[in-house]
Amino acid sequence: MRKSVALIIVVLIAALSVPAWAQTHSEAYKDNIYSTGELKPVDSVLKVKVGQQAPDFLLPSIAGQKVTLSQYRGKKNVVLSFVPAAWTPVCSDQWPGYNIVKDLFDKSDAVLLGITVDNIPTLYAWTNQMGKLWFPVLSDFYPHGKVAETYGVLRSDGTSERALFVIDKKGVIRYIDVHDINKRPSLEVLVRELEKLK
Amino acid sequence: MKKYVLLSIVLALSFVVAQPVSAAGQPKPGEKLFDFTLPVPAERADRNYLGLSGWGKTFKVADIKANLVLIEILSMYCPFCQKEAPIVNQLYEAIEKDPAAKGKIKIIGIGAGNSVYEVDVFRKRYNVPFPVFPDPDYEIHKKCGEVRTPFFIAVKLNANGTQDVTYARLGGFGEIPAFLEALKKSAGL
Repeated sequence: MRKSVALIIVVLIAALSVPAWAQTHSEAYKDNIYSTGELKPVDSVLKVKVGQQAPDFLLPSIAGQKVTLSQYRGKKNVVLSFVPAAWTPVCSDQWPGYNIVKDLFDKSDAVLLGITVDNIPTLYAWTNQMGKLWFPVLSDFYPHGKVAETYGVLRSDGTSERALFVIDKKGVIRYIDVHDINKRPSLEVLVRELEKLK
Repeated sequence: MKKYVLLSIVLALSFVVAQPVSAAGQPKPGEKLFDFTLPVPAERADRNYLGLSGWGKTFKVADIKANLVLIEILSMYCPFCQKEAPIVNQLYEAIEKDPAAKGKIKIIGIGAGNSVYEVDVFRKRYNVPFPVFPDPDYEIHKKCGEVRTPFFIAVKLNANGTQDVTYARLGGFGEIPAFLEALKKSAGL
């Protein structure tokens, strides 16, 4: 009997302590945000580490031109922001925040490159709802998720992790945050990492 | 066998108990305002604007010196809120310039899922003159039915300490003069 009571208490505590999945999204997207529900926080294994040279890539952007990581070598620090997918809850309210803090990136002589595994037309339609973005948005669609795979942030369902990589002017990875996919990374933490680059 | 039946009942009960955390409804006109507390602002100008007195660390909407409080649920990351920010600032200016409304109608913002740092970024970026409070763990956001942003709630403060919701709507509030008149009417001004 005592065992049963203990079991009941344990089960009750476990049920009540499950963190409620929380999110918000802007009315800018109307009813077009697809609810993914709560997902496995991280579903990939990193293939790069801090201190290592960041793998170069060539990806098409929604503005039309192709962008390589190496084009910033010796000129700018780079923040790669992988978000899992267009038209999903947390992703839709991440880049619009970065869009109003260009000055904070400028202060650290950094550029931001937004990357998803979606195709260009989808990215174009989705990011149009965010207002005019100051940073390039890149499509890692074909070969599907190749860059995400190279960095070790491609999930088993073909989306990418919600991951941030800070890369210095020498092309060296200085900070990695493969974040819980269900949560938005703190802006303050990223800004602090950028400040370290000075 | 008995153990499994008991366990099933407990599990089912646990989920029923756990649900209301995120199942609160959205505020509606005619209802009472949901209960929540906010941190007393660090800036003296914000405390003065809200008319907060005393030494407490937190306060409630009922403590604000006003007839009516307009609450904007927003997010630094929300493009609509960013676009709407100058318009809400204009409403604030219109209130402050209106002798009947000044001091009687106040505006506050609540940053759903935003930290102190993030609401400060939003305030600085858009020169927001009214206080904006962080809600980093979505506690208040959950209490108001996880509304999309921006969501505006006008609340009439009653003499008996209760608050009646007089306006609750998603998205922009339209023309400022008409909206201000509606707020004044709700505030009994």
